Amino acid sequence: MKNRQNVTIKGTKEGLVLHLDDSCSYEELKKELDQKLSANSRTQEERHLITVKVEIGNRYLTEGQREELKSLIRQKKNLVVDDIESNVITLEEAVRLKAETEVMTVSRIIRSGQVLEVPGDLLLIGDVNPGGRVIAGGNIFIMGVLKGIAHAGCFGNELAVIAASSMKPSQLRISDCLNRAPDTIKSNEKREMECAYIDESRQINIDRLQVLFKLRPNLNRFEGGH
Amino acid sequence: MGEAIVVTSGKGGVGKTTTSANIGTSLALQGKKVCLVDTDIGLRNLDVVMGLENRIIYDLVDVVEKRCKIHQALVKDKRFDGLLYLLPAAQTVDKSAVKPEQMKELITELKQDYDYIIIDCPAGIEQGFQNAVAGADKAIVVTTPEVSAVRDADRIIGLLEKQRNMEAPKLVVNRIRNHMMKSGDMLDIDEITLHLSIELIGIVADDEEVIRASNHGEPIALNPNSKASIAYRNIARRILGESIPLQPLEDANKGVLTKIKKFFGVR
Repeated sequence: MKNRQNVTIKGTKEGLVLHLDDSCSYEELKKELDQKLSANSRTQEERHLITVKVEIGNRYLTEGQREELKSLIRQKKNLVVDDIESNVITLEEAVRLKAETEVMTVSRIIRSGQVLEVPGDLLLIGDVNPGGRVIAGGNIFIMGVLKGIAHAGCFGNELAVIAASSMKPSQLRISDCLNRAPDTIKSNEKREMECAYIDESRQINIDRLQVLFKLRPNLNRFEGGH
Repeated sequence: MGEAIVVTSGKGGVGKTTTSANIGTSLALQGKKVCLVDTDIGLRNLDVVMGLENRIIYDLVDVVEKRCKIHQALVKDKRFDGLLYLLPAAQTVDKSAVKPEQMKELITELKQDYDYIIIDCPAGIEQGFQNAVAGADKAIVVTTPEVSAVRDADRIIGLLEKQRNMEAPKLVVNRIRNHMMKSGDMLDIDEITLHLSIELIGIVADDEEVIRASNHGEPIALNPNSKASIAYRNIARRILGESIPLQPLEDANKGVLTKIKKFFGVR
């Protein structure tokens, strides 16, 4: 037991991998890490920067502890932490992660002055009336008439799209791009089954729904089938 | 146990007070015991439209602050045999004088004695609105065929939907000008109902008679020959649960003389 090492260093093509044991105490780990790296740095002085990946197994580190480890490793002149990999996350993070990847289904009318905000994708069964606003971290799909404001990818996802059965928005926003309705609208014009996305020139473009599967193949969640 | 119905719109000047007065009058004409409550504290006018201004002794704020008994403040409408009463608003204080809980208590008390309590709501969505809707079981949203009025109605419906213990609001489209609706210069009724997606309970044509009657302190619903009067009476009957088709907007039964007059542009 005495001989067991809590810190093992492995060299790979991409750089060094520090494997930190997950069954010892954090303090013990820090001490050993410090010793090991100090021993190393003496022999490897005057060399260019080496990126290090840290694997911590089933140990949960708080943000503060992560910073502590990073600065500990950085103190050794030629080592830079690239990433800290852990197998575990907190329940809170897990819930957030789930919410961000989930399609939230809502069935109601978003009326003037109302705001509907979801962290992931939004599937709205109902209309968005003028003055109403829907905001999603992911994509927005509206089975109904979009007459208000829709903001997809509000945390900066530029690949997000907005699709609606009837597209008559007063404003469309995707990530930080913005597009507003023309001042003169032909009211008899039918805007059915359309989608909005950011094109190569970083402009919001509106097109038929059918172009989406080519432009955004990552929309597919379903794997398999024939 | 009676029913409290709030008449609201969001936007001002679309005809909330006129609608309240006439629905109340029409319900009384149907033999129901009705109490009109003016919650536009600071700017009362339901009493003027009803022609009861001179008989006010106490008002809503006096009742809420327990300066008088509720029956002392109620103004009886002599035209109806003890069927129609008005609880007037105060003019001396502002809307913050009353709290929603107090309104709720008041309306609950009135519901013991009356079949219908019609609450006239002030414009806006602030405290006055909160007070007016606090005790209501049902709501009627009044709008006109204008984009701004419909937009505000939409906002109000959103707020009403959040209220607990309240049925889905019903819609009255007021001040319809048929020729403008036909030419497409005004929103048409289908467009409005589709947009707001609530049940339509009545349509009222724009009629100069309504203004004339209001100024005389006689609700138009008392005059059986006016088109607007029939529209209001129909709304009252729909509230009572009758199913009546919407009035046609065209004047199909106009006499030959009026047609000729119209042809020559004489009113």
